[in-house]
Amino acid sequence: MSTKEKKIRVLIAKPGLDSHDRGAKIVARALRDAGMEVIYTGLRQTPEQIAETALQEDADVIGLSILSGAHTTLFPRVMQLLRKKGMSDVMVFAGGIIPEEDIPALKKAGIKEVFGPGTPTSTLVEFVKNNVS
Amino acid sequence: MFRGEKRAIAKIISIIENNEPQAQKIISLIYPRTGKAHIIGITGPPGAGKSTLVEKLAKELRNRKKTVGIVAVDPSSPFTGGAFLGDRVRMQDLTTDEGVYIRSMATRNHPGGLARATKDAAHVLDAAGKDVIIVETVGAGQSEVEVVKVAQTIVVVLAPGLGDDIQAIKAGQMEIGDIFVINKGDRENANKAVSDIEAALELNTEERGWKPLVLKTSALTGEGIGEFVETIEKHRTYLKQGALDTQRKATAEIELIEALKQKITQTIIQDLRQKGEWVRTTEKILAREIDPYSAADNLLKQHKAKAS
Repeated sequence: MSTKEKKIRVLIAKPGLDSHDRGAKIVARALRDAGMEVIYTGLRQTPEQIAETALQEDADVIGLSILSGAHTTLFPRVMQLLRKKGMSDVMVFAGGIIPEEDIPALKKAGIKEVFGPGTPTSTLVEFVKNNVS
Repeated sequence: MFRGEKRAIAKIISIIENNEPQAQKIISLIYPRTGKAHIIGITGPPGAGKSTLVEKLAKELRNRKKTVGIVAVDPSSPFTGGAFLGDRVRMQDLTTDEGVYIRSMATRNHPGGLARATKDAAHVLDAAGKDVIIVETVGAGQSEVEVVKVAQTIVVVLAPGLGDDIQAIKAGQMEIGDIFVINKGDRENANKAVSDIEAALELNTEERGWKPLVLKTSALTGEGIGEFVETIEKHRTYLKQGALDTQRKATAEIELIEALKQKITQTIIQDLRQKGEWVRTTEKILAREIDPYSAADNLLKQHKAKAS
C-alpha cells in the first residue's frame, strides 16, 4: 500500500532577481504530468526561503531555475543551508542560463546535474525518477 | 515533534499522507495531545483570493503573538496523479517566520475539497503546539463541504461578480459558513455582493445559535483584516460557551464512522479477494446478472457467516 501512495515531491524554486519563470513553469508542468507533486514557490526566492520551504514540505527533490547569473553564489548557499537543516539526502538539480565552465564547481557544491536551454522535458522526468533517493 | 521540530513534523505528515505502516501508531501517539488549537477552515471558489487572504490572516495572528500552522490543499490530476501545488506563491512572506509552518497537500483524488490526510496533518500541527491552524481547501465548488468535519470556524471566501442572489440561496457551500468574506473589496460591486449574501442569510429559518456574519476585505490593501481576525475570535468565544462541546462530539462520531468505514471495507474486500469471490461477483455485475446493491448484500451475508 505504501509504495502505491508514495509520490515524489519536487520543489521548483527560482532564486535570484530575474523574473523569467517560463522555464520553471514548463518543468513544473512536465513533472506534474509525470505524476509527481510539484510545489511551486514563485519568483525571487532567497536561499533561506528555498531551504525552509523544502524542509516544511518534506521535498524529495529540488529544482532550481536561474537566469540572472548569480548561480555561483546562490546555489552553493542553498546547498549549505540544506546540509545545516539535515537535508543532505535531498536531490538538487538546476536549469537556466548557466555557462559550461561554471558547472564543475556547482556539481562539486552538491548540485546533481545542470540542464541548459533546449533540454527535452522527457530527459528531465527520466533524470528525476532515476535519481530521487 | 512535540517540541515543534520542523523536520520531524514534515516527516510525520508524509508518513500519514502516504499511509505507511507506522501511520496508525503515530496517530495514536499524537491524538491525546490534540484538541488545543483553534482550527479555521478557509474555503470558496478558485480565484476568490483564499491563499492571499490566508497570508494576511496569518500575519495578523502573528502580530497578536499566536503561532500558526497552515495546510493548503490543491487538486491532484485524475489522469496522472500529479499535482501543481501553488498556494505558497501567495504566502512567501511567511516562509522564514519561525512561528509559522506551511504544508502544501494534494487531494490525491479524495473528494470533498480536502485530502484524506488533511485532518491528521492538522492534528500533527496541533500536537506540535501551534495556537491556530488554518486549513485551506481546494478552489471549491458548491458541494465541496468536507472542511466542516475538520475545522471549528468555517470561512467562505467569495469575490464580487461571481454570482447573483440566486446563487446565494443554493445549498452546500452557502450553508457551511460561520463567516462570509467578500474579498477583493477594493473592486466595484463589492457592496452589492455583501448585500446579496446578507439577504440570502436573512432567509435562514433554522436557528443555529450563531448568526453568520458577512465581512468585506481586501487582501491586497489589508482593508478589513483586523476586523476579520476579531470576528474569528468572536466565533471562537461563542463556541466556547457550549457549542464547541456539541461540535466536538459530532466530529468524534464522524471520525469514528470514517475509521470504521475504512477498516470494514478494507477487511471485507481483502477477505473476498483471497477467496476469489471478488472477481466472480464483479463478472456477474458486468454481465448484468446481478446489480451492485444485491451483490453487496450477498457478499456481506457470506462474510458474516464466515465470521460467526
